[in-house]
Amino acid sequence: MKAPGGSPEEALTIAELTNAAKEVLEGAFPPIWIKGEVSNFTAHRNGHWYFSLRDATAQLSCVVWSRDTKRIPAPPDEGMQVMAHGQISVYAARGQMQFMVRAMEAEGEGLWRKAFEKTKAALEKDGLLDPARKRPLPRFPKRVAVITSPDGAALHDIISVIRRRNAGVEIIVIAAAVQGETAPDSLIAAIDRLGRWGGADVVIIGRGGGSREDLWAFNDERVARAIAASAVPTISAVGHEVDYTIADFVADFRAATPSAAAEAAVPVLAELIAGIRAIGEGIQSATEMRVRDAGHTLRQLSRDLAVRSLRTVERRRARVQELAARLETLSPLATLARGYAVALNEKGGALPSAALIKPGMHFALEMRDGRVHATADDVIVRADQGPKTDVRKQRRPSTGAV
Amino acid sequence: MTFEQNLERLEQIAASLDRDDLSLEQALTLFEEGIAKLKAASAELAKAEGRVAKLVEKAEGVFEIVEGADDRG
Repeated sequence: MKAPGGSPEEALTIAELTNAAKEVLEGAFPPIWIKGEVSNFTAHRNGHWYFSLRDATAQLSCVVWSRDTKRIPAPPDEGMQVMAHGQISVYAARGQMQFMVRAMEAEGEGLWRKAFEKTKAALEKDGLLDPARKRPLPRFPKRVAVITSPDGAALHDIISVIRRRNAGVEIIVIAAAVQGETAPDSLIAAIDRLGRWGGADVVIIGRGGGSREDLWAFNDERVARAIAASAVPTISAVGHEVDYTIADFVADFRAATPSAAAEAAVPVLAELIAGIRAIGEGIQSATEMRVRDAGHTLRQLSRDLAVRSLRTVERRRARVQELAARLETLSPLATLARGYAVALNEKGGALPSAALIKPGMHFALEMRDGRVHATADDVIVRADQGPKTDVRKQRRPSTGAV
Repeated sequence: MTFEQNLERLEQIAASLDRDDLSLEQALTLFEEGIAKLKAASAELAKAEGRVAKLVEKAEGVFEIVEGADDRG
């Protein structure tokens, strides 16, 4: 029986052999995990990655097709210990056994960490991780947008927590894929819609817990940049307490879980009311105190004023008494008391000069103990003493003396 | 004025009233303003129009809020 390749006449072509070998190899091995050390890594211009995996005694050529590189967080480093999942095959053009890698992981999550650190460094370089960029969340949001999967547990948690805290807050859901290859674009589109809509006071972006790969969209650099650029203040809420994603670094506030995000976004209505009431009471009591103080000051002032005016009156009274005493000594009454008389005209005015008295004029003499009414009989004005009237002797025509 | 602005103003007023450098007239003016803000803020709180809705973009830049998004709560 002649088998192919059994004689020179039956010689196989190289293509026939390598293709047969390929079929045998692929049939013998389903997709499997292999492990080894990375060497000669090349990311080719065409988007494929080429490298070898080796250990102490053997090595194997590996390729990652460009479409599959997207599922691997970061290219492996030279010398890195990795686990690769894929299909063993034969690359006919080179007659080479080749492992086609579909997924790759490194010891200690090395690839994830590498990708994470790389993205973080790129954002850091652009200042997007600066804590000073973080904006305060609105204290009383009326509309909370939630970017997440409409079917996820995260949305359910967020809605029930917000409802419990303040039933008056409106929740607007912007649906997005939160895992899988479409998630980054979907999240970016949702953030973009949120911004163009412009109706939300704050946005929660996140999802519930999952594997590292499930959460990976939140480590995407483009998603991070979209979050950082959001005009609406952002709260990241990805996975559980222990899960830190790049989104957490760029968001204005990192909530440990979706429920915590809802708590951070919305204040409890009852507390808000109590707070406002307390402010109202503070204003009221401060004002009352101010009015009371003013009343007190006013009463004090009026008391001072009363005391002062009493003192002033008393000072004046004393002065009046003193003046009265002095006046007493100067009073013509004192002169009268010594036995003199004062001549007065009919109106009671003093007649200090003889020149003011005409013969026949009625006048009075005020004396210590009474008044005498008299008529001038004869008036003699002395030239050296009188007022500036003509010096002359005045005589009354007829009537007699006093 | 938004609720938040009202609240901020209220806090400013409360802080000013706690200081002693105001005249009585200033204090009373602030008090009146505070009471007005208090009323506005309380009225705002009393408005309960909460709902769960979904933002839908009908066409580029044309948004619609569709009531009753998946609220399983």
